[in-house]
Order: sequence, then C-alpha cells, then structure tokens
Amino acid sequence: MALFEAHQLHKRFGDQVVLESITLSFEEKQLTGIMGPNGAGKTTCFNVLTGRYTPDRGSVRFAGEDITGLSPRQIARRGLSRSFQIMNLFDDETTLDNVLIALPAVREQGMSMWRDLGRFSRGRELAMTVLDRVGLAAKAGAMAGALSYGERRALEIGVALATDPRLLFLDEPTAGLGAEGTARVAELIAQLKRELTIVIIEHDMRFLFGLADKINVIHWGQVIAEGTPAQLRDNPWVQRSNLGMLA
Amino acid sequence: MLSTTRHAPIAPLPLLLTVAALASTPLWLSQVGLYQYLALEIMIWMLFALGHNLLLGYGGLPSFGHGAYFGIGAYAFGLLQLRGGAGLLTGLLGAVLAAAVAGALVGLFISHRRGIYYALLTIAFGQLAWFVAGKWHTVTGGEDGLLNIKRPDLSLGVVDISLKSNEAFFYFALVVFALVLMALWRLVHSPFGRILRAIKQNEMRAAFVGHPVWLYKWLAFMLSTSVAGLAGALFAMAQQSAYPNVMSLHNSGFVVMMVLIGGGLVSFWGPVIGALVFILTRDLLGAYTETWLLWYGLLFILVVLFQPDGVAGAWQSWRARCAARKPTPPQPNATLATPKET
Repeated sequence: MALFEAHQLHKRFGDQVVLESITLSFEEKQLTGIMGPNGAGKTTCFNVLTGRYTPDRGSVRFAGEDITGLSPRQIARRGLSRSFQIMNLFDDETTLDNVLIALPAVREQGMSMWRDLGRFSRGRELAMTVLDRVGLAAKAGAMAGALSYGERRALEIGVALATDPRLLFLDEPTAGLGAEGTARVAELIAQLKRELTIVIIEHDMRFLFGLADKINVIHWGQVIAEGTPAQLRDNPWVQRSNLGMLA
Repeated sequence: MLSTTRHAPIAPLPLLLTVAALASTPLWLSQVGLYQYLALEIMIWMLFALGHNLLLGYGGLPSFGHGAYFGIGAYAFGLLQLRGGAGLLTGLLGAVLAAAVAGALVGLFISHRRGIYYALLTIAFGQLAWFVAGKWHTVTGGEDGLLNIKRPDLSLGVVDISLKSNEAFFYFALVVFALVLMALWRLVHSPFGRILRAIKQNEMRAAFVGHPVWLYKWLAFMLSTSVAGLAGALFAMAQQSAYPNVMSLHNSGFVVMMVLIGGGLVSFWGPVIGALVFILTRDLLGAYTETWLLWYGLLFILVVLFQPDGVAGAWQSWRARCAARKPTPPQPNATLATPKET
C-alpha cells in the first residue's frame, strides 16, 4: 500500500470548482512530482493534502490512517511536513531558531514555561544538523528576515525538514531562483530523496524530470496523466500542454 | 560559542537595576518632593504592563480590554476580604485565580482570532465587565465600588508584619513584583515563550510545524490576565478600595500606551519604562495642568509616528549605531541575542 493516498478529492470556493476529482498516491521513498499549467489547482491540491483546506468530498489517507479533515497541526504531528511557495518563515528569529522552533523535541516541551530554550544544547545541535543539510550552517546566527532570497528558499526547506517528516511536500522550491540556485536546490533534493518520501509541485520541467520517480499532471482540477518521466514524454496530453520542449 | 550567547541570565542587569532603583526610593523620594505612594503605584502599573506585554509584545495579540482583569483582581481581593474574611495571601491568590478564570473563559471566545478582531472582542468583553461592575450594586457596590478594603498583615508564622504604612506595603509589593518579573523573564525565554513569539510572527507556519496555536494563544491570554489580576489586587490594597473606573476603556487604553511608548514590542523592559514615563508624566505634568493627558496624547502620537519602537527601541538603535561606529566590529554573535533582551 502506498504511504499516502488521496481519493477523489473535490474542492470548490463559492461557485468555482478548483479540484474536480483528484486521485493520487505517493509510494514510500519515492519522489513524486505534480505539474500542470498555472491555475490548474496544484497549490490548492497541496493545501487540501496538507490540511490547510478541508476537501468538500473525497478522502486522504496517510500511513494507513484516514487524515481527511484533520488540522495542519494534527497532520504535521503524524509526520507530514510542507514548505510554502510564498515563504513562511519566522522573520525576527535567527536562522538557527527558525529550525529549532520546528523541531519535535522543542514541540514536546512547548508547555515548559521555566526552562531556558537557550540552554537546550541537544536541540541546537539537531538544528545545526538541519542547517548543515540545507547549506545554511554559516548563516546560523543571521536573522531570517535578513537572508538573501536564495537563502530564504533553503531555510523554507530547512524548517520543513526540521519536523523530521516521513513525507515532505515542497511547493515550488525553485520559484524565483536563477539557474545556479535551482541547481543547488536540485542537488539538495537529490540527497533528501534517498531518505525521505517527497512530493514536489514544480513549474520547471527540466528540474522535475531530472529528479522525479513519478509525475502527476494536473489540469482542470483533475489528474490528466501520470507515469514515469520517460512515459510522460510520449504522452499526447503532456506534449500538447507545455512539455513540448522536452520531447 | 553559539550556545553561550543565547543563555538568558536568571537575573539580568535591567532586572537588578529596576529592583534596586525601586528599593532605594524610600531613601530619596520625599527629598525630591515626591511621595512613596507614587513609587508603589508605578510598580503596580509596571506589573500590569508587563503582563499585558506578554500578550502584545510576545503573542502579537492586542487586548484593549485588559482593565477588566485588573479590576476583577481588585474586586476579588476586596470581596474575599470583606465577605470572606480572607487574609493577605489568600486574598492575592484568590484575585489571581479569579482573573485567570475570567481570562480562561474570555480566551475561549477570542483565541482563534488575531489583529483587529481580537482587539474588538477584548474591548467588548472589557466593556461588559466594566458595565457589570458599575451596575451590580449588591456585589460590587455599584458606582461607589468597594470601600474600606484593608491592608492585612503579612504573617510569617512567628511574626506578623503590618503593611499599613506606604513604606511597608511598598516593600511587600516590591518582593511580589520582583518575583513576577523574574518569572516572566524566564517565561519569555522558555520553549513556551519562544514558540509564542514564533506564532506572533507566523501563525500559519507554526501550525504547519505542529504547534497547537490556539492553546498557546489561550494560555498567553490567561497568564496575562492573571498578572493583571495580581496587579489589580495590589492596587485595591494601595487604594484601599475597588471601583468601576479601573475597568474602564480608559484604563485599558493607558496600559497599551505604556507598553507602546516604553517599547514593549522590541524589548522585555519596554513596559517597565513605559509605566514609569506614564505615571511620572501624569503626576509631574498633572501638577501644572489639568490637561496633562492632552500633552501625553501628543507625545504618544509623536512616538508612534517617529519612534514606533518606543523608548527601548530608541535605546537599541542608539546602541547599534554606537557599535557600528567602532573601528573593531562587535562579535558577530552579539546579534544572536534575542531582540527582547536589552
């Protein structure tokens, strides 16, 4: 059985149907890509899968458990983490503290009102390990709000990683990055995919086709094609949309 | 290296300075033409403002109805004493508990909000409490309030210490103040305090990394109202009465103005500075003109326009400028200190 399964998700806002019927599944230790044109419902799909929105119909299962309608907090605690396309960081905290605050070890002592978090050295070590992975160890003491755009992108992934997830959702991790930044993110994700199950929304086809084990193409609120990158290259749907350049 | 700079000292310098300065007031206050009661009142307002800032500065949650909990503390202390014959510590504890329960109940209705909706709801609940205090004659004494609240003796087992004089009561209140100040300082550096601050900065992200955001906001409100209740109980002792005016929108606004002028948004010590400035302005300027609040209001406008981070913010940026001017740059790790420490 797949680690994560979404079955016939339907979501509308007012009279606008954004997700018609989405059925997806993500296998353990695989990297799955979600692509599609602008306005296809990719981010809404992500938001439904990660608990930000409740679907109007359909169900979501994670690790054999029905998580439909659970809050983001409950879903995060089950080992599902996500990054955001529009960055969501704790801007007035240092890079290190952004990661520290997201650690499960800190979350568990969140009701402690007496202990000094500054003396939680094991947590700081864990946080440094995460920063090391995303290449921000040298920036540990800098304020998150003062980081460069590329560094903030990396920290966005770092905060998501800090929760020690089983399944990691990345929403356009290369949005706004140049070729060099994109290459760095690709390298990072290539490393992460050895240990983690990852789902990525991405615009950059070359990026996605290079990394993904499987790709779902979403259009008109539905999955119109799925398969390995090799299979999709020959798919007429995909060719007719915006993948022509890869053929 | 990283781990040492971030430790929060148990008793940081501003804490020692504040407590020492307050403790010395009986020695010189009357010499400069002021009176001991003033220091007492300043300290009570500092306490109230510190509690308020836990919510505003650390939680990013604006309460414009905090006077209600200050008042609930004052009335609870009075009622426990007048109706229940409660002593000093029972009265104070009861007042804190009453304000905490009120905060817990109101918190149920507001903790899913933030921003303007949060502010409006706190005003609504604050006005409700004020109205009840003014109208429920049989319990609160109506517009007159509760009169003849005593300052009970502090009994330490072997000796009973009378707190009737302003000096004696001042020292007792100073001990309470110092203990709460230390506890709040610990609190804002604890995992709870740091996660609360993160929630202020990005509530959505905090939820997505698994923090129970609602619970934190609810607890922050309750803790804040508890401190307000304690301050209110001390105020009832100081004034030897409790009256509806302490619950008014006025009083709720004053504490916000203290926190902002002092710089509570950028510093733990902002409320301490702000309460001092406010009460001193009231008394010194008030001696010259009935319209002191007009001038204070203008000062408030200027601060919001030109120095929105308040006195503490001005101090921090001055220090940053000094550091930048030095030929040898400061240790890069100096920036690791949380902005709330100075």
